[in-house]
Amino acid sequence: MNALSRFFARLEGPQTIGRGPVFWVGFLIVLAGACSYPMFSDGYTVGNTVYFFTWVFMALGLSLIWGYGGSLSFGQTAFFGIAGYSYGVLTLNFGAAYGFTLVAVVIALVIAALAALLLGYFLFFGRISGVFLGIVTLSVTLVLERFMAQTAGPEWAIGKARLNGFNGMSNMPPLTIPWPGGDIILYPDVQLYYVVLGLLVLVYLGLRILVNSSFGNVLVAIRENPERAEMLGYDIRKYQLGAFVIGAVLAGLSGVLYTSWGQYITPSSMGMTAAALPIVWVAVGGRSDLTATLIGTLVVLSGFQALTIHGAQYALVVMGFLLVLTVLLAPRGIILAAAGLLGRFGKSKQGGA
Amino acid sequence: MALLQTRALNKRFGGLHVTNNVDLSLEAGEVHCLIGPNGAGKSTLFRLVLGEHSPSSGQILFAGEDITALKSFQRIRRGMSVKFQVPGIFKALSVRQNLETAMQHHYPAASLHEEIDRLLEFLKLSGESRQLAGNLSHGQKQWLEIGMAISLKPKLLLLDEPTAGMSPEETHMTGEMVRRLNADGMTVLAVEHDMAFVRQVADKVTVLHLGQVFAQGSIDQIVADERVAAIYLGQAHG
Repeated sequence: MNALSRFFARLEGPQTIGRGPVFWVGFLIVLAGACSYPMFSDGYTVGNTVYFFTWVFMALGLSLIWGYGGSLSFGQTAFFGIAGYSYGVLTLNFGAAYGFTLVAVVIALVIAALAALLLGYFLFFGRISGVFLGIVTLSVTLVLERFMAQTAGPEWAIGKARLNGFNGMSNMPPLTIPWPGGDIILYPDVQLYYVVLGLLVLVYLGLRILVNSSFGNVLVAIRENPERAEMLGYDIRKYQLGAFVIGAVLAGLSGVLYTSWGQYITPSSMGMTAAALPIVWVAVGGRSDLTATLIGTLVVLSGFQALTIHGAQYALVVMGFLLVLTVLLAPRGIILAAAGLLGRFGKSKQGGA
Repeated sequence: MALLQTRALNKRFGGLHVTNNVDLSLEAGEVHCLIGPNGAGKSTLFRLVLGEHSPSSGQILFAGEDITALKSFQRIRRGMSVKFQVPGIFKALSVRQNLETAMQHHYPAASLHEEIDRLLEFLKLSGESRQLAGNLSHGQKQWLEIGMAISLKPKLLLLDEPTAGMSPEETHMTGEMVRRLNADGMTVLAVEHDMAFVRQVADKVTVLHLGQVFAQGSIDQIVADERVAAIYLGQAHG
């Protein structure tokens, strides 16, 4: 009982902004707003909103790896792609009957986790850090993109699933929940919206508990001073690897949701642009805080989308400009700086009991 | 039995022989100070003991166990702890969180914060518990790191110039802390330049010179040794 209440007490702590009744009432109001949103909109628009949500998992994962752990990784999109392609290959081969798409999600996430475990093992147990970690993870991502882009020929197929090179895979079944009286097929519509929203709330709260736990303490300590953390008796390589794998699974979740949402995935989802954008979302919002990352990602994504409608390439330039501006003016992130200005939130973050 | 022992320890960086055949022995319960002019190899010896460098040859024994091949964190878990020369603290975290990170696996969750409060009092940092560690004065940062180091309840505490940059009063207070810790049974190995501090705390002094053990004895013996005065104390005392 006591242990359980301590567990939930971790929802608040020095590693996350927002505490006390005011914050949580605000949280519930926002959540209620998000829940009632489909009632004031049409299915098509709601389905498009899901698109924004799918990316947030990857951003939260990057916040954990980079913002909390201090390891800048460009590898998130690699795991996004690995999980997305895995979902495609599995479901194109085995279909959607008997709830198999849900099994495929789990398998795809396990594959992403194993890939992260392998790559992360060499990175962290090889004591690669700082800019070199960025270079290696970016290289891996780009190699994966190049590889998938050259799989156009018919020899590149796994079972019934053709990889299709640059054009990518398509027509995999969407997520399907087995239900008495007819499966529920989650097309980009209201039902998928609620499923993804539910996942988002779970992941967000789960990560809050994680970063305020003893694991989170060590992770932040490694960011601040890895030598000191090791000299407190922590095998910092394991903590870094742990964060890397959790972050990769979240990126994988984004990949799976994206693939089932649009029923396609292409190599460019792992390209240079795709690898750089999560860095922008997370840095602009405030990488060292989950809430700032969540809000920042949604704001930047919506802004990006609005700009894209007016001219695709110049939206990317604005993203780059936004990143430079953030680094110069609000290095901790715009949302985090704004929260700091709100004073109360800032104090609760720094005052950490 | 010796708590810490180095046997014929050597460390070369290229052609530079920084640690030359060092045999050092620390009895449990003693405060042992390592002195020597700049470039004598004090810091390297320290890093060898900590496992940040691995020796070119030789052995390191801790509590009878050969730890030469162990990684730093494994040595820490066997009962060593260290305070670095430049305060190694977590600047963006509160003072309390610094200690919590150090202590979270050494104390039951229910009494953790009481223990932190006790330690804060010992460190004279009770009023700063919510302050960011980066905002502390230099002396307070040093104490905070000493606090993190001793919170692990180590058998052996390694101090690398613990009084560097401290005022004479702060140095004296630090000396008092070391003596109280030693009275509670902690063995201490300190690299130190401040002779007043060495006189205040040391049971035994080892002088390193050119990577070798040059002289060993009580502080009075060392001060009386003319050869030592020639290489080190003469310089230090002008």
